Amino acid sequence: MKGAFIARKIDSIEKVNETSAWLTFDGSLDAQPGQFVMVWLPGCSEKPFSIAATAPFGLLVVDVGEFSHTVHQLKVGDHLWIKGPLGRGFCLEGENLLLVGGGYGSAPLLPLAKAARANGKQVSVCLGARTATGILLSDAFSNSGCQVAHATEDGSKGVKGLVTAIVEQAIVGSRIDGLYACGPVGMLSALARLCTNHRVNYQLSWEAHMRCGMGLCGSCEVPQSSDPSLPVGWLACYDGPGFIHRWNS
Amino acid sequence: MQTDIDLSIQLVGIPLTNPLVLASGVMGTSPELLQRMALAGAGAVTAKSCGPDPREGHPNPVMIDWEHGLLNAIGLTNPGVNEEVKLLQDAHKLLKPLKVPLIASIFAGSVEEFGEVASIVKRAEPDLIEVNISCPNVHDDFGLPFAADHQSAADVTRTVKHVVGAIPIAVKLAPNVPDIGRIAKAVVDAGADVITAINTMPGMVIDVEAARPVLHNRSGGISGPALKPIAVRCIAEIAQNVEVPIIGTGGVLSGRDAIELMMAGATAVGVGSALWYRGPDAFRLILAEMRDFMLINSIHSVSDLVGKALKS
Repeated sequence: MKGAFIARKIDSIEKVNETSAWLTFDGSLDAQPGQFVMVWLPGCSEKPFSIAATAPFGLLVVDVGEFSHTVHQLKVGDHLWIKGPLGRGFCLEGENLLLVGGGYGSAPLLPLAKAARANGKQVSVCLGARTATGILLSDAFSNSGCQVAHATEDGSKGVKGLVTAIVEQAIVGSRIDGLYACGPVGMLSALARLCTNHRVNYQLSWEAHMRCGMGLCGSCEVPQSSDPSLPVGWLACYDGPGFIHRWNS
Repeated sequence: MQTDIDLSIQLVGIPLTNPLVLASGVMGTSPELLQRMALAGAGAVTAKSCGPDPREGHPNPVMIDWEHGLLNAIGLTNPGVNEEVKLLQDAHKLLKPLKVPLIASIFAGSVEEFGEVASIVKRAEPDLIEVNISCPNVHDDFGLPFAADHQSAADVTRTVKHVVGAIPIAVKLAPNVPDIGRIAKAVVDAGADVITAINTMPGMVIDVEAARPVLHNRSGGISGPALKPIAVRCIAEIAQNVEVPIIGTGGVLSGRDAIELMMAGATAVGVGSALWYRGPDAFRLILAEMRDFMLINSIHSVSDLVGKALKS
């Protein structure tokens, strides 16, 4: 039952940087790239997380609030309760892929990048954040055989400015069969406009306030104001988080 | 021949192209989601319940799929009636061209408040107002549901009926009462035009590894397959006690389930958890299955199913 919680033991915890940790769990998770899980820490709360790895199952946890802060206090051998995989993820298609991650939005792109590389596809990755510490998993993408570029708002890593600037360069400068992205809503909206202007097929993993994670409570509706191509009443946990838009060739 | 099958019904004079009604609390939070459910095949749609003031609802976890059903305690999340009335007006505009009736849903903490909320909601001119006197998940804030006692249930019904004018009202009953037929009779005597039966059944699931209840609210409302036999029995009890139409709700996942509730006495059938179990096409799948059943069994009009199991 994908809608029930299963206690999963934490096998290892690796610090990615001062605010981020990579948690590896005992065993694998049968999931598609871009799907998510609800993570429950009894006595604390429950939050949605992108699946960062499936075999073994892994999550990237960035210390951004009370819940993630508490998760960071856990030790190897402790458990987290996992509901999922939930939702629909990315659909791997095309030969030349451009992946765009904003902050911890890079997490669900990593299993996609690995699957794409395993299928012999060319993968370019643009990672953006406010500062260098917000750029996550860059080495993991490089080690998987992806070309990686960076943009930070303060210029502390890569190009100074928004990630959309280097994405537009990539779109204009080379043949891209599909853009895949995850990150803040503003970034995704900007990428949807960019892809619309250049008629590039895109798949965006939307972030929204999720409560039930099962499509029933209606909390995570993403309005068409975020991307006019979204269908009416589109729910991130139920119809997404991955939204796929293809232009008629 | 498919053209021989008539799925349309009349619910207190309101025409529905089919008997399936989006149940309250499921995807009814925005005009766009209600429109989506109408486009997905619902015969009518019910908005999420609204009360006098905005409510955030309960902290997570708020829902799980346990072995035989769902358990939820969303906690009546809503923007408050003053905001909801605008959403209902927008929803009405979207639904009108689709010819799908809009059902508003209200709750409150006192008889007087029910009257106030109803008087505001009626400005949106919904086709029907559902009076939710039976949410099992707000005990801490509102005490025992009004549906637990026939006198309280009748008081709320009378007050709401008095303020809404010509708009028909449906009163939503709780399953966990000793005599649901008596409560149904009391609310009908007090002016209820329709009975919605039933709300979710109170329940609790404990995770034994965590050694604590899964839902943050500890208890929640059971829906899905586990609720169906409870709903069928309640609907049959109500149908034998009152003459008003019943919106039968509880555990309908398939066409056969919908037909079972109709045979127990339901004129229309609520659909909620099926959107989890069967996905976004749930309405169309259930309707196709109903049509198949009717074809095989030479039933021309879906209305002929109402109360069929009570007649022999």
